[in-house]
Amino acid sequence: MKLTVHHLYARMMNLYGDRGNVISIVRRCEWRGIPVEVVEVNLGEKLRPTGCDVFLFGGGQDREQALLAEDLSGSKGADLRAIVEDGGVMLGVCGGYQLMGHHYETPEGQRLPGIGVFDLYTRPRRPDEARLIGNVLVRTSLGGEERELVGFENHGGRTYLGGVEPLGRVVSGYGNNGEDGTEGARRLNAYGTYLHGSLLPKNPWFTDHLIATALRRVDGSFELEPLDDGLEERAFRAMAERITSGRA
Amino acid sequence: MNENLSADPRLPAAVIAARAAAMASRALGRGGGSTIPGVVARRVCPRVLRELSSRLPEGAVAITGTNGKTTTTRMVAEILRVAGIRAVNNSTGANLITGVTAALVSDADLLGRPRSGLGLFEVDEASVPKVAAEAGLRVLAVLNLFRDQLDRYGELAYTAKVIASSFEHLPAGGSVVLDADDPLVASLGRSAGKAVYYGVEDRRLDTGRLEHIADSSDCPVCGRHLDYEAVYMGHVGLYRCAGCGFSRPGVRYRASRVALEGSRGTRFLLGTPSGEREVRIRLPGLYNVYNALAAAAVAGEVGVGFEDITRGLESFRGAFGRVERVRAEDREVFLLLIKNPVGFDEILRTFMLSGEATHVLIAINDNDADGRDVSWLWDVNFEMLRDVREGLPPFRVSGIRAHDMAVRLKYADLPVGEVVPDRREALKKALGATPPGETLYVLPTYTAMLEIRRALSDMGYTHPFWEDR
Repeated sequence: MKLTVHHLYARMMNLYGDRGNVISIVRRCEWRGIPVEVVEVNLGEKLRPTGCDVFLFGGGQDREQALLAEDLSGSKGADLRAIVEDGGVMLGVCGGYQLMGHHYETPEGQRLPGIGVFDLYTRPRRPDEARLIGNVLVRTSLGGEERELVGFENHGGRTYLGGVEPLGRVVSGYGNNGEDGTEGARRLNAYGTYLHGSLLPKNPWFTDHLIATALRRVDGSFELEPLDDGLEERAFRAMAERITSGRA
Repeated sequence: MNENLSADPRLPAAVIAARAAAMASRALGRGGGSTIPGVVARRVCPRVLRELSSRLPEGAVAITGTNGKTTTTRMVAEILRVAGIRAVNNSTGANLITGVTAALVSDADLLGRPRSGLGLFEVDEASVPKVAAEAGLRVLAVLNLFRDQLDRYGELAYTAKVIASSFEHLPAGGSVVLDADDPLVASLGRSAGKAVYYGVEDRRLDTGRLEHIADSSDCPVCGRHLDYEAVYMGHVGLYRCAGCGFSRPGVRYRASRVALEGSRGTRFLLGTPSGEREVRIRLPGLYNVYNALAAAAVAGEVGVGFEDITRGLESFRGAFGRVERVRAEDREVFLLLIKNPVGFDEILRTFMLSGEATHVLIAINDNDADGRDVSWLWDVNFEMLRDVREGLPPFRVSGIRAHDMAVRLKYADLPVGEVVPDRREALKKALGATPPGETLYVLPTYTAMLEIRRALSDMGYTHPFWEDR
């Protein structure tokens, strides 16, 4: 059973260390002896899911996002939507997250259609609004268990959720729009978030959740072996403590 | 220009107030007073930069870009020194408009007359339009545009736009000096009146691949992915767009036959309109060849002769903290400032890949001056060291974000040494673990560099930076 990581638009959407998310999934599979392969999907290339997949969709700059929106408006967007409906595992970060919604409006007023996996939209920042930048602590519950995620957000766009569930609640930071306390979105096995930093290396439980979910689509009883996450836990705690003590 | 001396009656008052502020700042132990006098002077006389700059007999030049501003500015200063041209520069890296103003004010006499012939300024990317508008730049050099501190500057294309918007402020005959090998920088030449390009022409330096960095490997004109004939570092190389035909412009200043000799320095054949000769610089790495080329181009464009250019480049010793050796009794400390993935990659390639650097301390801070976001650590290609680091002592890590750095090393499958967030303590331990006669390589971000340098100074190994002239 081999896990395939599809790095969507790896060449263009890799802005804030998104590569760290890829590395994190790959190493945590390798350390457990799970075969893993990374496939880059670039402009004009078709998706080739294998049944045991994680789709990663990172952040990019506005100009790149416009090119992608066009690429996604064809069959690729429809394929991704179908994959998510079927329980496929997908994580969108920042720009990728925005394009998983209905539309993203650029600061120049161009409305870029998203793939509509999430019922949400993103509007640009108004001239009197600041970019939302800083360390973030989010409380989330996946599979009934309350956990925390830390990351760094840096976005001008404000995202507003429709009927979709948020990924979590902001403990400290801005989240989707800096107003309603929500951060990210989740639906079935698809997740979107503004947290980079990179997200997965410092939140290894979330990485493992993505890996395990993908593997269980093939083998329902699959259990991941635990790893020694001492360094990751320390990195997480160092930042969580800094945030909760008001120093970040 | 004497008839202008009383152009703004507030000028002498501004100079005096700035002097007083500088003295007060020093007395309070706030360092070299490299910004505060500028703030004060501008408050007393908002036109102070215009007034002082317009009196420089040789005019002003500025250097901007993501990487290498300080080193390049220092190189030009050295060339000018050799050429006998007195230049005023903001040498301590205070590179906002206040720092530029402070440098000019401290150079002026009490009547507001500059003592120097030429203004030479390193300028932060976002401050370029303002400095250009006020200082009347003769030459503006743009070194490169890499992804760095996005939390401060936003996107690269935006930064490029900001820089290009300053070109209209250049006086008639003013020129823009550009790195031809950086596509986004080279594309700025299209909106400049007079563009002068420099670049490296040595196919042996081709790394064979673009790094995983979505900086600007797409055509800045039409957005199509660029075809590269050679990739030197990051997105810098010999490129062409098959879509719109945009390609690397022809260069006036070139480096060929580049020989990288690790920490001993670098040799290359420098070609300029006024001569060609092999030069040897005392700085490591390809990125410093680019800095030297930019310095040669800036100096050449203000009229310095070829002989002085090469002598200045060869006599230059690194800028403070960027590349600096400090003797610590029977050991040596080699400080190499790190700022972003491309610079970090180049340091790894230059020092670590050869196995030259055995004892290594990396210190990552996330203060404002470092960039608060450390996700860029994931774009550094530590994976290149997997084979060569075997059997060597593991990297020690320090800094406010020491743990993030440790995780990054772990995921590169590199052994992680002791994690000591406190910089001072980490330095002491790392020095203690470095055998006599050997060198400790310290790779700090900006504020970590300041802290480590201060710790070295407190141990009696060097002097505080504002004395470093």
